[in-house]
Order: sequence, then structure tokens, then C-alpha cells
Amino acid sequence: MDYIFQGFIEALKLLISFDPEVFKIIILSLFVSTTATILASLIFIPIGIYLGLKKFRGKRIISRIIYTSMSVPSVIVGLVVAILLSRRGPLGHLDIMYTPKAMIIAQTLLVIPLILGLTYNLAKNRGTIIEKVAFTLGGNSIDSIILIIRELKVDILVNVATSFSRAISEVGAVMIVGGNIKGHTRVITTTISMMNSMGDYPMAIALGIILLIISFGINSFIYSYSQED
Amino acid sequence: MKKVFLTVLSLLLVLSMLVGCTKANKEPIILSTTTSTQDSGLLDFLLPIFTEDTGIEVKTVAVGTGKALQMGRDGEADILLVHAKSDELTFVDEGHGTERHDVMYNDYILVGPADDTLGLKAQFPNDIVGGLKAISENGAIFVSRGDDSGTHKKELSIWKVAEIEPKGDWYLSAGAGMGEVLRIASEKQGYTISDRATYLSQKDNLDLEIIIEGDNNLFNQYGIIPVNPDKNDNINHEGAMEFMNWMISEKGQALIKEFGVEEFGQSLFTPNAN
Repeated sequence: MDYIFQGFIEALKLLISFDPEVFKIIILSLFVSTTATILASLIFIPIGIYLGLKKFRGKRIISRIIYTSMSVPSVIVGLVVAILLSRRGPLGHLDIMYTPKAMIIAQTLLVIPLILGLTYNLAKNRGTIIEKVAFTLGGNSIDSIILIIRELKVDILVNVATSFSRAISEVGAVMIVGGNIKGHTRVITTTISMMNSMGDYPMAIALGIILLIISFGINSFIYSYSQED
Repeated sequence: MKKVFLTVLSLLLVLSMLVGCTKANKEPIILSTTTSTQDSGLLDFLLPIFTEDTGIEVKTVAVGTGKALQMGRDGEADILLVHAKSDELTFVDEGHGTERHDVMYNDYILVGPADDTLGLKAQFPNDIVGGLKAISENGAIFVSRGDDSGTHKKELSIWKVAEIEPKGDWYLSAGAGMGEVLRIASEKQGYTISDRATYLSQKDNLDLEIIIEGDNNLFNQYGIIPVNPDKNDNINHEGAMEFMNWMISEKGQALIKEFGVEEFGQSLFTPNAN
């Protein structure tokens, strides 16, 4: 049992001394997941609102597809991206397998259904009224999407935070397409997983603490806003 | 509709529990071993036959040798099949294991891109030290296991013989199993040291060729160690002993020799229990 306590002590030492390896890993994690979340949000929040508002045939089926794909496992996303990007794959000539770029692509694909589904749901339930206001004031459908984003910005931000928290905490996709290469593609979750398989706990615990702080931070942010409603 | 769905679901759950319970004639054992025995397919070949012979089911945890030994020290495994002889001897000396036997050996190879830009194959066909020196001098990409496994330790010991400290942008530490490292080396068209078994079993999916082989520094002995049953009450020592005796028996040894011959035309592991 001693090794658990020892692990904690060592972990705190690593954090307090700003161990460069640990912080490089943390920064890469934040960079990859933030970029992926922003990319997915910029494109798919407008699309989600548009689909949520529009009435068309087969909307029920589209809803189902969106909602089910929200729970796609991260290893599946990793596997698909790996197949596409590997040297013999269709996008192999890009030569980005086992780089942060590949990790960003995988995480973007991972959070797209989530951000799309959450925004879609939001627009479907609360967007129609705002859309009517926009039309009454003489706006077109693009104006109405902009107005909805403005009016529901807090809720949308909460959705973005939820997506980010999914991205930063997943291990399957980045492990497969990143390869957990030291100093290049090693992020918090893959390091924890690797340190465990090496039986080396201090760094795993240090990174675990950081990851917990990040997810607590995000979730308390989400909670504080959802309380306002 | 919902009710039907729920009923079917609960039936499925109950069924899967029943399936999990059957065929438990004897207590299963937990085998902690290295990724190379798993990735090469050796265990998939041996274990079903062992289970048929003895009625003991083997639960394999494939990790690096470092972690495997740690699992033994913590009493989380019943038996170990690993390859880092000096660490294994210390493990037994410290009383964590009851005995140790040689089981088999395999050899390591240096693999690299087919075009072999450095021309290592021509210059150093059986000289791993010369090969590694050339790689580091030219800054060619080298992918290391970097996971404290037996293979990683072996690699580091050869760098040591070559009197090189592997460091720099060209030296990628993957922290992953052999299969994954081979894939990274193939994608990046770099060099890596692999056990022959894993390489041969995956070679069809890799753009890598054998560059250097047959150096004395590249041989690798596997040992089997039953974990000391005094550690806790959950250790299945009887099952572990049965597994050990089976592995070093004539039948076990013959099967090890047979493995891989059909598919690759050569044995991947050479049995050498005495």
C-alpha cells in the first residue's frame, strides 16, 4: 500500500517543480482537444441550429441518427481515422499518421456528433420562438441563426464545454492515431494508460490530478450556468 | 414494445452470465506475461490446448516485463512468463517467486524501411552495434518501445554496448507494445528493434524489412516463475504449478517448436527447458 502514498508525494513534486515533460504533455492535451472542439463547433453549431429549425421530411430519422451517433465509441473513431491516414490508406500520402494533426482530426470527428446533437436539440426546443422574432423583424434564415446563437449563447457555450470535456478525457482515439510518442504525440490520457502498463505510478497520478482539475473546472462551469435557468 | 425489449435484454444478460460460469471445472489462473507472447499469437495457440489438457482456464494479462514483475510482487498474478533474466533472478531471490525455469528463447532483429537508405543491410548484416551507430550518426528515425518492457531493456542494453546515449529528434519513444511500435516505424519509415515472432506475424501489414539479424546481442531468453503463494489467499499456486510443468513438459516444448512453422516456415520460439 506504501506505493500509493509514495505515488502521491512524487506526483506533487512533479507538479510543483513544473516538470517540463509533464507540462509538455498537459499543453499538448489542451491544444489538441481545444482545436478539435473549436473546429467542430465553428462548422457544426450553425448546421445544428439550421437542422433543428427546419421542417422537412424524414426529420425524425435524422434526429435518431444524430442522437445515436452522439455515443459513438472513441476507439471506433480512432480506428476509422487510422485506416484512412495510414500509409496504405486512401489519405496516406498526407503523411500525418502519428502526429498531433491526426489526433486533432480524430477528436474533431469524435465531438462533431456531440456538438451537432446538443445544438440540434437546443434549436429544436427553444429556437423556433427566436426564429419567429427574427422573421418578424424582417431577417432571413441566416439572420435567424445568428440571432439564435446570440440569444442562446450561454447554452451553446455549455454544449461546447461538454464536447471539450469529452475530447480531453478520451483515450481510445488519440492512442490509436497518435501512438503515444514521447515529446510528440503524448497526451494526458495516453500517458496515464502507458504509465499504468509500466507499473510507474507517480507521473500517472500527477497527470490524473491535472485531468481531474480540468474536468471539475469544466463541469462546475456548466453547473453554475445551468443553475441560472 | 418497450416491455418486450426489456425482457429480451434481461434474458440476454442472464444468459451471458451463465455462459461465463460454465466450464469452470478448476480455478482459473492469471498469467502475467509480455506483449510479445501475446502479439505473436503464441498464447492463442498454446492456451486452448493447455485448458483442454487440464481443465484450467488461463487469464492472460499482457503487459511490459516491468509491470509483469510488479504484478508478481503485488500478488496480482499467479504465474509469470517474462524475459529479463537478471530481473527474474532477483525476483526469485527476493522471495516473490518460488522457482524459475528457462522455457524458450527467441531472437530480436533490426527492421527498417525496404529501401534501407543508410545501406545498413549491406554494411552490417550481423552487427547490431555498427547498425545502431550508423542510425544515430545519420539521425535516421528510430522507434523505441519506451515502455520498460523486456524488449525495451534489451534495446537499451545494446545502445549501452554501442556507447551511445539515444537522444534527440530522431529517437522516438513510443511507450507502446511491439505491434504498435512496428506500425509506427512502418508509417514513419524508421528503424526499430523487434522480436522476430511479432514481426513475422505482422509483416504483411508493414512496409518493413529485416535489416540486421543473428548478432549475439540479439538473443532473448524467456523464463517462467510461479508467484509465491504466501502473498495472499487468492493466489492459485496449484494451477500455476500445473501450467509451469505443462510448459516445460515434452508436449509443451514440442508445441512451442511447432508454433509458426506452418504459417511462416520457421519456428518463432526455440524451446530450451531442461
